[in-house]
Amino acid sequence: MLMIISLDQLPVGESGIVTVIDAHGLTRRRLLDLGLVPGTVVKTIRKSPAGDPIAYLIRGSIVALRVNDSKQISIKPFSEVAINE
Amino acid sequence: MSDYLISLAGNPNTGKSTVFNRLTGLKQHTGNWPGKTVLQAWGFYRYQNEQYTLVDLPGTYSLLAHSPEEQVARDFICFGQPDATVVVVDATSLERNLNLVLQVLEITSQVVVCLNLVDEAKRKNIQVNAAKLGDELGVPVVETVARRGIGLKELQEQIHLLVHGKIKTNPLKIHYPPELENKISDLIKQLHYLPESLNKRWVALRLLEGDQSILRGIQEVTRLAFS
Repeated sequence: MLMIISLDQLPVGESGIVTVIDAHGLTRRRLLDLGLVPGTVVKTIRKSPAGDPIAYLIRGSIVALRVNDSKQISIKPFSEVAINE
Repeated sequence: MSDYLISLAGNPNTGKSTVFNRLTGLKQHTGNWPGKTVLQAWGFYRYQNEQYTLVDLPGTYSLLAHSPEEQVARDFICFGQPDATVVVVDATSLERNLNLVLQVLEITSQVVVCLNLVDEAKRKNIQVNAAKLGDELGVPVVETVARRGIGLKELQEQIHLLVHGKIKTNPLKIHYPPELENKISDLIKQLHYLPESLNKRWVALRLLEGDQSILRGIQEVTRLAFS
């Protein structure tokens, strides 16, 4: 079974690979400019007290994303990748 | 009157302003360019008895104009007709910085990449093969530590060679899927009326993307060209 979750569901300290960016227009463009393209490895670094935004490690930089945006990014967690290989 | 106009682009926090201040010796003042109200840092330096005007563009991750800063940077590279554009990149996070480099290369071939912060990169055990990077990008890549003035003479030399046509760049061209390339070709044919200074392929790409802001810039530049 393939488990794909949205990026906001990726627990702190865990990593995954971006599979789909389901955002459109400027939001999509912005996410792509941050280096979030399918195949990119992302790690959840920490959550703000309210749980939104969440900080991620993306291509060597730490980027905070709003849950509204990170919801639109599909992720295959690394643990799943290992199981399926 | 300056001999050459050079624009300085780069992501935020790459040491772009340090490069600017080092090259111009802090002889900066702010000014605007025709048709723009956004204040911009300008500075000057002399190299080999020629005067260069350096324009410090706002730090951006992209040139696709979704913020005022990006639009200012893009409009200058596109419509300001600089003789060359220096893109300052952070050697410690090259992957992220190359996005902007590729976007600039899509607009203009007159580019020098300034690979800055190589000392910090070394400290983090990051080795960047500048020569190989230059080969891949098809433009000169100069390693610098701007804070300590290292590499800046070489940067000036490469800019000098580029604006005098002594370096022929061969910028990496991004190929899109056939459907898109066909549309690009169709559009380029219809864009024959644009001034020579505008890169038609790039304009076609923005139009296909539905970028409204580019239309205003084009209207302005064609009006100037025909008036």
